[in-house]
Amino acid sequence: MYFLRRLATLVPLLLVISFVAFVLVRVAPGGPFDRERQPASPEIKRALEAKFHLDEPVWKQYLRYLGGLVQGDFGPSLKYRNHSVADIIKQGLPVSMLLGMMAFGFAMGVGIPVGYFTAVRRGHWEDYSGSFFAILMVCIPGFVIAPLLIMFFAIQWRLLPVALWGSPLHAILPVAALGLYFSGRIARLMREGMLNTMQAEFITAARAKGLGENALMLKHAFRIAVLPVVSYSGPLLADLLVGSFVIETIFQIPGLGVFMVNGSLNRDYTLVVGLVVLYATLLVVLNLMVDFAYTLLDPRVNYE
Amino acid sequence: MNEASPNQRAWRRFLKNRPARFSACFLALVVLLVLLWPFVSPHDPNALSDNQFQPPSAQHWFGTDVHGRDLLSRVMYGAQISLLVGVVGAGVSLVIGVLWGAIAGYVGGRTDSAMMRFVDILYSLPSIIFVIVLITTLEGLLQQGLEAVGSVTLAKFARLIFLFVGLGAVSWLTMARIVRGQVLSLRTRQFVDASRALGAGTGHILARHIIPNVFGVVIVYLTLTVPAIILYESFLSYLGLGIQPPMASWGSLIAEGADQMNPIRIYWWLIVFPGGVLVSTLLALNFLGDGLRDAWDVRSGG
Repeated sequence: MYFLRRLATLVPLLLVISFVAFVLVRVAPGGPFDRERQPASPEIKRALEAKFHLDEPVWKQYLRYLGGLVQGDFGPSLKYRNHSVADIIKQGLPVSMLLGMMAFGFAMGVGIPVGYFTAVRRGHWEDYSGSFFAILMVCIPGFVIAPLLIMFFAIQWRLLPVALWGSPLHAILPVAALGLYFSGRIARLMREGMLNTMQAEFITAARAKGLGENALMLKHAFRIAVLPVVSYSGPLLADLLVGSFVIETIFQIPGLGVFMVNGSLNRDYTLVVGLVVLYATLLVVLNLMVDFAYTLLDPRVNYE
Repeated sequence: MNEASPNQRAWRRFLKNRPARFSACFLALVVLLVLLWPFVSPHDPNALSDNQFQPPSAQHWFGTDVHGRDLLSRVMYGAQISLLVGVVGAGVSLVIGVLWGAIAGYVGGRTDSAMMRFVDILYSLPSIIFVIVLITTLEGLLQQGLEAVGSVTLAKFARLIFLFVGLGAVSWLTMARIVRGQVLSLRTRQFVDASRALGAGTGHILARHIIPNVFGVVIVYLTLTVPAIILYESFLSYLGLGIQPPMASWGSLIAEGADQMNPIRIYWWLIVFPGGVLVSTLLALNFLGDGLRDAWDVRSGG
């Protein structure tokens, strides 16, 4: 019941988010036709604006846009003419999703074990080195790690391709560049979760019953300690799936990340609002799944 | 000695934290160096020369860039902007976040839910859109304003102020949530009831009782906001939306280095040095923030 109700609030929430994004981009000065290669004459500009209904009041434009959206029509892109927003998403999303899923898997695969072992071995060298790795990763932005990885692995040692997208080999560097930062975030969350859980009473109780330390940590503490990571994974996955501007630009990957930034710069409002709606939908649905996962992992959680 | 206040105990815990103590010294050193550098530097950060792409040497410790400028001086010069943006941007986010959170939490009821729904909505908008629209909008307004006044130096500073405002405006959401949570628990406490019974108004209670009490939490979170904003600024400058040349920030220097990357020659110092300084500063700020958070035992919440 609870989740059905949550699902019902999804639609009004998306309406509000799309409206805010629409107004934000439309009300800001400047328009999609300001940066044409040849400065358009006032007549051409007016004709273009009339064609895309930009001369109407904003509320009317929004309703028109919404009318299309309900029928699954994201409208035409105002900058990349001859392409509909749906086309752009159809081309870019699979690439960004694949890259994002791999980076997500990488970040989880590195972050969770590092966080787990640094907590279990608290105060030992494994803790110090693992925790330092985690905080270091959080401090290295993608636009620093990506050129460094390219410099060493692609240019100096010629082990991997410099850029582009195609074979599994092409994926290694961008996945690492994108995933390392998040592996640090996850390791820190996991460590903190483990440290908190290890002090919980149910752990002491299980230990008093004579349960072995390994079984105690892996079977009992882990599933509760991983909860902060689980709740972080919702927004993280939503972020990763719609693409990363920096990584996709540096490695010249034809994903969606570029369009979010360029769309806002060009005031390509159909494109921006389309991408925002896509992102927000992913975010809301993933958060819902996270809350559902909570009920499976932690028997104490009950939303009814 | 058992009479130490919670604050004194927290300080003692903090001083025992070696990485945090070391980081505080490191940051003080960086700030000092950045401030003193213009007076002792043999190189002007903007002086062009024919010595392009010199690797690090005794004369140019960090090498030189595409225009033959001394990279160490560029990095020090960029540090001014990066650090200033971090501190002022965090200050802007502090003011908005604390006011928003304190009012929402204290007034409660419908105001609270409306204000926090607003925060939720901003959370689900990609912040990059918000920043881009805000900065380009302010810039558009600036152009109009400048035609009236006609000053170039003013334009340079205006751009910086937009960065402060833009970065602060996207970074206050978590702060508002944390402050609201704290205020919710504070406002039912007895000393607040007592003050209200004595006839104190909302403004007085907020200013005298609520805000001073959330201060510890706020300061701790603030030290973690500074690196986040430095990172965001370098990201924006990397995109070309932040600082405009010939001004520099760590982000724009890294972007210039990345532009020069090609398979034939590697100018590694152009990325390694600005990136290294950025990363070590962020690292120190994070160690410091972690140390403060552990000492005061603040959960980030939200």
